[in-house]
Amino acid sequence: MSEIVTTGADSAAATGRATAASATVDLDVWEIVIGLEVHAELATRTKLFSSATNEFGQEPNTHIDPLTLGLPGSLPVLNEQAVELAIRVGLALNCTVQRSVFARKNYFYPDQPKDYQISQYELPINAEGWLELPSGQRCGIERAHLEEDTGKSTHIGGGGRIHDAQYSLVDLNRAGVPLLEIVGKPDLRSGDEARAYVSELRSILVAVAASDGKMEEGSMRVDCNVSVRRRGDDELGTRCEIKNINSLRSLGRAVDYEAARQVDLITAGDRVVQQTRHWNEEDGRTHTLRNKEEADDYRYFPDPDLVDLDPDPAWIERVRAALPLLPAARRHRLADATGSSLEQTALIVERGLDELCLAAVAVGADPARTLTHAEHNLSDERAVSLDPSAFAELVGLEVGGQLTATQAKQVLAEMVSSGRSPADIAAERGFEAMESSELEGLVDGLIAEHPDEWQRFCAGDGKITGFFVGKVMKATQGKADGKAVTALLNARTG
Amino acid sequence: MTGPGATTARDIAAGVRAGELSAVAVLDAHLERVGLREADIHAFNHLTEAAARATAATIDARVSSGDDPGPLAGVPVALKDNLCTHGVPTTCSSRILEGWCPPYDATVVTRLAAAGAVAVGKTNLDEFAMGSSTENSAFGPTLNPHDLSRVPGGSSGGSAAAVAAGFAPVALGSDTGGSIRQPAALCGVVGVKPTYGTVSRLGLVAFGSSLDQIGPFSTTVADAALVLEVIGGHDPGDSTSIPAPFPSVSDHLDDGVAGLRVGIITEMMGEGIAADVAARVRASADALAAAGATVEEVSVPAVMYGLSAYYLVAPAEASSNLARYDGVRYGLRVDAPTTGEMMERTRTAGFGDEVKRRIMLGTYALSAGYYDAFYGKSLRVRTLIRQDFDAAYERFDVLLSPTSPTTAFPLGDKTADPLQMYLNDVCTIPTNLAGHPAMSVPYGVGDDGLPVGVQVLAPALGEVAMFRTAAVLEGSLS
Repeated sequence: MSEIVTTGADSAAATGRATAASATVDLDVWEIVIGLEVHAELATRTKLFSSATNEFGQEPNTHIDPLTLGLPGSLPVLNEQAVELAIRVGLALNCTVQRSVFARKNYFYPDQPKDYQISQYELPINAEGWLELPSGQRCGIERAHLEEDTGKSTHIGGGGRIHDAQYSLVDLNRAGVPLLEIVGKPDLRSGDEARAYVSELRSILVAVAASDGKMEEGSMRVDCNVSVRRRGDDELGTRCEIKNINSLRSLGRAVDYEAARQVDLITAGDRVVQQTRHWNEEDGRTHTLRNKEEADDYRYFPDPDLVDLDPDPAWIERVRAALPLLPAARRHRLADATGSSLEQTALIVERGLDELCLAAVAVGADPARTLTHAEHNLSDERAVSLDPSAFAELVGLEVGGQLTATQAKQVLAEMVSSGRSPADIAAERGFEAMESSELEGLVDGLIAEHPDEWQRFCAGDGKITGFFVGKVMKATQGKADGKAVTALLNARTG
Repeated sequence: MTGPGATTARDIAAGVRAGELSAVAVLDAHLERVGLREADIHAFNHLTEAAARATAATIDARVSSGDDPGPLAGVPVALKDNLCTHGVPTTCSSRILEGWCPPYDATVVTRLAAAGAVAVGKTNLDEFAMGSSTENSAFGPTLNPHDLSRVPGGSSGGSAAAVAAGFAPVALGSDTGGSIRQPAALCGVVGVKPTYGTVSRLGLVAFGSSLDQIGPFSTTVADAALVLEVIGGHDPGDSTSIPAPFPSVSDHLDDGVAGLRVGIITEMMGEGIAADVAARVRASADALAAAGATVEEVSVPAVMYGLSAYYLVAPAEASSNLARYDGVRYGLRVDAPTTGEMMERTRTAGFGDEVKRRIMLGTYALSAGYYDAFYGKSLRVRTLIRQDFDAAYERFDVLLSPTSPTTAFPLGDKTADPLQMYLNDVCTIPTNLAGHPAMSVPYGVGDDGLPVGVQVLAPALGEVAMFRTAAVLEGSLS
């Protein structure tokens, strides 16, 4: 039995930590090593080995057929679309797409209708690849193989656990849905890196239209292997596998907690026991699910109902040729075209605004201002349909001093919501640049009205700058350029 | 003979298609024989008389309206009870599936119906096709129509007995290690295991998936060919199905064996083979030589290891295939406080001893630490057997051997000693491991007056040469 949560097995001592809040590790002394196993549900029309539709979250047991039910006499037939999506992901992860073999993983469980799972064991379809994080760091991918999903059990009574339940309900809509299990190498060193990895993987899955990548809905599930070792050690520490991580935020928290727990154990002279642990979102801790020493023997063997999967090289090349430009390549392209850092391009690419930025820059927009707007002022989903030349025009108005940064931001927001031109919006709002004499008069008046504040400003109290700028903005209804105001103030201290 | 006395599928279909014979009358004649002897023989787990009458009446009506119901028009056919039949109980002669009705037909059942055949019932078998005497049935043994004190062989004993007793001119069985050929030999009928992948397994309840193959029983070689041509050919619903139509065999039944190279397998003529059985094989070889074939002995050394390899491969696959009978979704359920105990109690109550024995064997063979020594090694033996056969087939078109080491043995004779029972299949098992075709042709009787079967083996997709040889053997007796 595999997915059964047993609580109460952890004594306070074994759990190690009283609260998640104390979860900090001295990273000068310790190194955290993380490897992730991600299960992604492939967005196929039908299941991996049958023509039952791949849809769930509906009436229980409505997307089923003889194979899904494990009826006697039913046979699996491989879904070509699932293979194509697996190849897409494999190529996007720089893997070698190879001849593969489906095997049976044997174990009894009520939501596993055949009491074995068809998976790929010794020979996965995709082997040895990597993905690149926005930081530029490359993370190894060991394999990305095809397998069937299980059904869902709901245990009624007894706190929702199978052991104490009065009865259990099984929904097989999800059983047989194609999964791609993507096994990463232990190349990650922090919760943040783990989050960046999953985020990048999700972007890739979505980019190649292989999966919707929704962690919260379970279409992307992350199991996290964590170990710790003293800096400088060559050997990896004993790892624990954490399950039930349902969001990027949980992933970071779970890694931090688990690493701290392991460091505590070692520091206390104890040892880490290889275990599968369950992340509990509420108490922010991991709990023992089972020890690996007592792991099931799955008695893998090649599934005699299926033949080897050996995709035609021409097919693989067709899939490769049809791949879209992937997030990492798009980040590099944008950074190269704008002279910005790779990191600055990450959010822009994630929002799908890189094409817009490239087009705006191509018609003459200032690259730095363009990226700044895309990164900070274009979170609205409609921003992708902005007209690049209008965007460029706006950046031009700002760089040319006709609009202040604040005004430019407001105009941009209006452009996104209405689609009107920046010049029209600016004119309507009366956003003409102020005459400098008008601004000087205003500043001088304020200095006269507020001698105490002016004294403080002259004494070098930087915090009071905002007071004057705020007054000017209020008086001009935001038309004034904050930088110009500061410059005037500084000039007056003369 | 195409009149009311027609007894072969070929003659019945010809008569019915020509409007000279009524499918209903044919059915009634067969059911009459069932009424007379079924209580003694117990060939069937379940008779579908009413449905069969309705089908037969439809066939007659179609013929009357000028329609052609197909090559098996009006031919009664018995189906081994491990073939799924829509709405009709499919038990595998196991308590664990008692009362379960599949919501679909096996591909072979669909194809038979489309060819105009009339399904008369589901025949008894060793539980989940595990056995060589049909004594492992949860519903009691089938008896040999030639001598009711003897077994009909197995596991398809019910189908073999049904054809031998004239309950149906043809029947379907499944053959994992000899389960069609050995009962055919013991019951004195023709039985064919075709090349692996030529007949769809979709709807056959799996035992050893890499070995299982469906095939026909009949009283004549021509009928076996006719049925195979109906049920064979590619099925996209079975991934191991060969993407090609079944070769036309019927067209070559009269081709003779002149110039054909026939090899008698040395390893299957010595120790453990009854002298009277071996004598019939030599007689069959003489008949082939007389018909113009060249006959020699040939050694296929690796077949000696067939039995050992088989009893790792088949149980290993069975241990996984039979995991699904867990009481959760269908069939027997014995309630218990927890799911795990429910599964355990259900399987303990639902499976017979032989099935449990093989599940244990297979589970052990696949276990971590033993996989290479057992399952892995058996796969290598399998390769070796295939290579040795390939070498033999470079020099010979077909091979010859006994089908079974002895004629039908008395009921209860071997039930206490599984190994003795397993040895029944020593001549048939290597064929399954190689994926090749082989068939048993009745060739006279042994010293006890009971039927002896000669096995004709051929390389993969060598059905034409195999059937030519079988047809000559059949002809040499009449």
